[in-house]
Amino acid sequence: MSTIETHTTHVTVTVNGRQVSDEVEPRTLLVHFLREQARLTGTHVGCDSSNCGACTVLIDNEAAKSCTVLAVQANGHKVTTVEGVGNGSGGFSPVQEGFRQEHGLQCGYCTPGMIMASTALLVENPKPNEHEIREALEGNLCRCTGYETIVRAVQWASTNGGAGEWA
Amino acid sequence: MGMIPARFDYKQAGSVAEALQLLASCDDAKLLAGGHSLVPLMKLRLVSPSTLIDISGIAELQEITDTGPVLRIGALTRHRVVERSKVVAQHVPLLAHVAALVGDPQVRNRGTIGGSLVHGDPAADLPSVALATGATMVVTGAGGERRVAAGDFFVDFLETAVGPDEILTAIEFPKRTGAGFGYEKFVRRSMDYAIVGVAVQAGDQPGIALVNMGSAPRRADAASRALASGAGVDAVAALAADGTNPPEDLNANADYRRHLASVLTKRALLAAGYR
Repeated sequence: MSTIETHTTHVTVTVNGRQVSDEVEPRTLLVHFLREQARLTGTHVGCDSSNCGACTVLIDNEAAKSCTVLAVQANGHKVTTVEGVGNGSGGFSPVQEGFRQEHGLQCGYCTPGMIMASTALLVENPKPNEHEIREALEGNLCRCTGYETIVRAVQWASTNGGAGEWA
Repeated sequence: MGMIPARFDYKQAGSVAEALQLLASCDDAKLLAGGHSLVPLMKLRLVSPSTLIDISGIAELQEITDTGPVLRIGALTRHRVVERSKVVAQHVPLLAHVAALVGDPQVRNRGTIGGSLVHGDPAADLPSVALATGATMVVTGAGGERRVAAGDFFVDFLETAVGPDEILTAIEFPKRTGAGFGYEKFVRRSMDYAIVGVAVQAGDQPGIALVNMGSAPRRADAASRALASGAGVDAVAALAADGTNPPEDLNANADYRRHLASVLTKRALLAAGYR
């Protein structure tokens, strides 16, 4: 066991428009900061190795895998989780509604990451074709749906309001 | 729960000079850029540095500069920026093409070109581009900058010519404006590391480089020489695996990798315009 003296670091992240601050060990991963400090458990830990995409969130509006980002790397930045993309009055965003309309989920474990990766796509490209949707979701694995309904969910969102708006 | 790195101290560097000072003053420190090669290794506890020096805020290392004969790309430039850069697409189209094939969109949003190269992973995409195009690595230490040819940069598995107190600050790609190129990556899932990959740069100084065909990224020397001397596509492809010692794993044994190297070389040559 090493005898390194390590220090905590003060981290402030704007999560879904709300400032979340805490003293954390530098080794704290962003996904744990979101789940444990911000108490937002919509972001899931899946493979924990940047393969599956279940932990996808937006950092400054760009999709990132929060299991492979240290919380200190998000210090001073804006993070959006699945809790943050609704319409603000408890309703779904177009992407969330698309997943419901087109049955884009079964067990739901991958869904928060799918929603966030899809949202990031529609921010940049409001009218993606099927190929672009599949490319944008290549970093998100789903073991239930076979992806067909997920692609249709994103297409539904694309024609019904796109990425939506959030803080 | 979950995989968490061992404890470390975290420091931020606002400039290259400050990062060099911190590197010299900390034992066993590692530089943190996008973290998409380093953090996974730390989570697996394959690497446990005492200190992480976060260089991601150093603005001077995030620039793409057209210096005339070469395109100088700051080491901290993210894959997504390289992939979308008009000047890269125009002058080093192989690089723009391959940057768009690294990992997946989430990885490309965070990972940096310098981080990928200093990681020295033989299965990574971008080292093959540096080797095929004949890029030069700009390595900065206490004594200033030194330049290392891509062919001398990749030493062995996860080992490069960058010393413990040095930083890869930029990569200089010779312009290959208008020249053909090809990149073939054999994978089971689109975001996986290549089982085998081949990069071909056409033009006056053609080059062929291999992904995951040995312990380090490497140029296909015999095939590159044959290409330069005007040999046909089939003859060049037949030499692709010459002198390699490919790894064996559950995806492929060495013979299969040699076979793939030839097949993919032929496809990449055809894509680059060779007949």
